[in-house]
This record gives sequence, structure tokens and C-alpha cells, in this order.
Amino acid sequence: MERASADEQNWTALLLAVRDQQDKVAFAALFRHFAPRVKGFLMKSGMSAALAEECAQDVLATLWQKSHLFDPTRASVATWVFTIARNRRIDAARRAARPEPEDLPWGPEAEPDQQEALEMAQETERLGAALALLPESQRALIEKAYFGELTHTEIAAETGLPMGTIKSRIRLALDKLRAQLS
Amino acid sequence: MTTIRHHVSDRLLMAYATGSLPEAFGLVIATHLSLCDECRARLGAFDAVGGQVVEGCEAEMAAGSLDACLARLGVQDRRVAPLRSKPGVFPQPLRDKVGGDASAVRWRPLGMGVRQAILPTSDSATARLLYIPAGAAVPDHGHKGTELTLVLQGAFSDATDRFGRGDLEIADEDLEHTPVAEAGQDCICLAATDAPLRFTGLIPRMLQPIFRI
Repeated sequence: MERASADEQNWTALLLAVRDQQDKVAFAALFRHFAPRVKGFLMKSGMSAALAEECAQDVLATLWQKSHLFDPTRASVATWVFTIARNRRIDAARRAARPEPEDLPWGPEAEPDQQEALEMAQETERLGAALALLPESQRALIEKAYFGELTHTEIAAETGLPMGTIKSRIRLALDKLRAQLS
Repeated sequence: MTTIRHHVSDRLLMAYATGSLPEAFGLVIATHLSLCDECRARLGAFDAVGGQVVEGCEAEMAAGSLDACLARLGVQDRRVAPLRSKPGVFPQPLRDKVGGDASAVRWRPLGMGVRQAILPTSDSATARLLYIPAGAAVPDHGHKGTELTLVLQGAFSDATDRFGRGDLEIADEDLEHTPVAEAGQDCICLAATDAPLRFTGLIPRMLQPIFRI
């Protein structure tokens, strides 16, 4: 658990190095961890290995390209990677842009609050641990939904996962951002 | 931000997070999220679950994959999002779809002063904008599937409650309603449905194929 937590922090630090110093060594470390996971995720979502390989590279290239939009007080690196991978999957499937909410800016503060970023990373990790502890059938159903195998009417929104704290943290980060902007 | 009282359900938020919604529904949710930090935060929690699902996957990358990716990394896109939403009625996702704000909509009359504009979407569910003059009613109708209605200007009331800017009404097969726009300001809504509406009156029923509602 402690070790894993250091990992999550590490991904955040590496992504900030990509953002601030265009650090390709940091990018390579992110690639080695996340590209195989994205590829596996896309294959489980029904993509061929060849297409999943191509899309996984796209996803990591997008991570580089849009690193300035990453806000570690609102998402862990894994969460952010997931949203990019999901959008890439939708684009590949229907060639229509997914409607996205308005972008929110960083706000005047150049650096995210370190403590808040740390807590977000830890909280995301607790969620991962809770997911691993779910009964097999329940976890399989959640995964199926995220692999895009369920229609919106088949989805059961009750995940059984402790998501309340993450929601509250993101809400606080958004409130802070709005306060800075007004 | 105005006070929003009617939010996206967990089921719809999770479907949006997992990418399982038809485009028309996705447009309504993205537009609501642009107005509602509470639902944006709840979506963030569903996205975090997705991040952990990705962490549990793995497949071997092709040889030379990293080098190929490094070779195509270009200049980073550093455009920062606008500091605040543009003033106007439509949030950005809807503005992108329409090609402008409310003034850019090409309305078609539906009768009794009510107007609509169908928005092109790629799949079976349909999205449309509705313009209801202050005090006017939309013909009494029920639903076969799910209908989402998001208020963008003014307010409407039906048997269930009052809905103002940012409020989302989720109507299913059980709801038969006659939304009435509040006096004072004309009401503009974004609506999406995955099945045709069921009008109870004969005339609207006859007109339905013509107006594609």
C-alpha cells in the first residue's frame, strides 16, 4: 500500500516534468507503465491488437500533447489516462466527436496544491484497493461497463465502491478554482 | 453559478463515464456538466473507477513502440482554456453543435408559438432544441424510452416540479406530462430522447411524423 502510494505520486511528478520541462525520460517511464495497460484496456473493449497498439500510442502522445491540462488535485494520472483512452475508443468506433463539458482552466496559481494532489492520489489508490476486494461477479460487472460492453440501460449505477471522498475532494478543488476566477 | 436542483442520475453519469451513451444524451450531459460542478465532481469519481480498471489491464506493446511514439511527439499544445465561459445562453458543447449561441439556431414552428430545431447526431437517439414562449405549454405527451430535458433559459413546470436554468428532467415511460413555460421569460430547452414521444392529443399525433419529434 505504501509502495503503491509512492508510485501514484511518482506518476504525478513525472507528468509535471513532461509538462514543465518537456522531459522525454519522464515520458518514457510513463509510457512503459501506461501504454501496455491502455492497450490491454482497449483490447478488452473489443479492439484488435493492431488497432489497440496504434490507439495506445495515440493516447500516450495525447498525454504529452495536453499535459498542461492535467490537474492533479482533480484526477490521478491513471484517471486522466482512462479518460483519454475512453475518448480515443469512442472516436475509433463512431468517428464522431464525443461531446465534452467546457474545459476548466488551472486558475491563476501555476502550481497545484501539493498536499491536495497527494491526497487525491492516495484516495484513488484506496479506490483501486476496494475494487480488488469486491466479490468477483460485482467487479466483473463494473469492468464490463468500463469496457463499453453494457448499454446505458443495462448499467447498474450502484458500484459498491467508496467514491464519496473522491467526489468531495474534486468538488473542493472546483470550488477553489471558481473562487479564484471570480 | 445558479443553484441547480435537478441533477444527472448516477446511472446516466456512469454511462457517460464509460462512454456508453448515445451522442444525443452525451450532448445533454456535457452541457449540464458545463453548468454544474456538483455533477462534474461526481463524474470525476466515476472516471477514477475507470482509471483503476485500466490499472488492472495489461497487454504487451509491439517492439519499437516507445521509439515510434517518441519520434512523433510534437510541440506541446499550450493553449489554455478560456478563463471563463463566454457570456450567453449556450455552454460550449452545445455551442459547438449549433455553431453559435441561441441566436444562431434555425427554428421551425411547431404551432402555438412553440418552435424546435433538430440537432444532427450520429445515432438512434435524437437531440433537439425547444423554444417555448413564456406562459405557453408543450403538448401533453408521454415517453416510450427515456427523455432528458435540460433548461437553458427561463423555466418550466410540470406535474413533478419546477425546472430552471441548468436543471435536468429525466422522464421515462411512467411520466406523462405537459411542461408549461413560466411567465416572464421565454424558455429554451435542450431535449434528447431514444424513442419517439407519445402525444395524447390527435392533432399533435398526426403532425408527429412531419415534425420528427
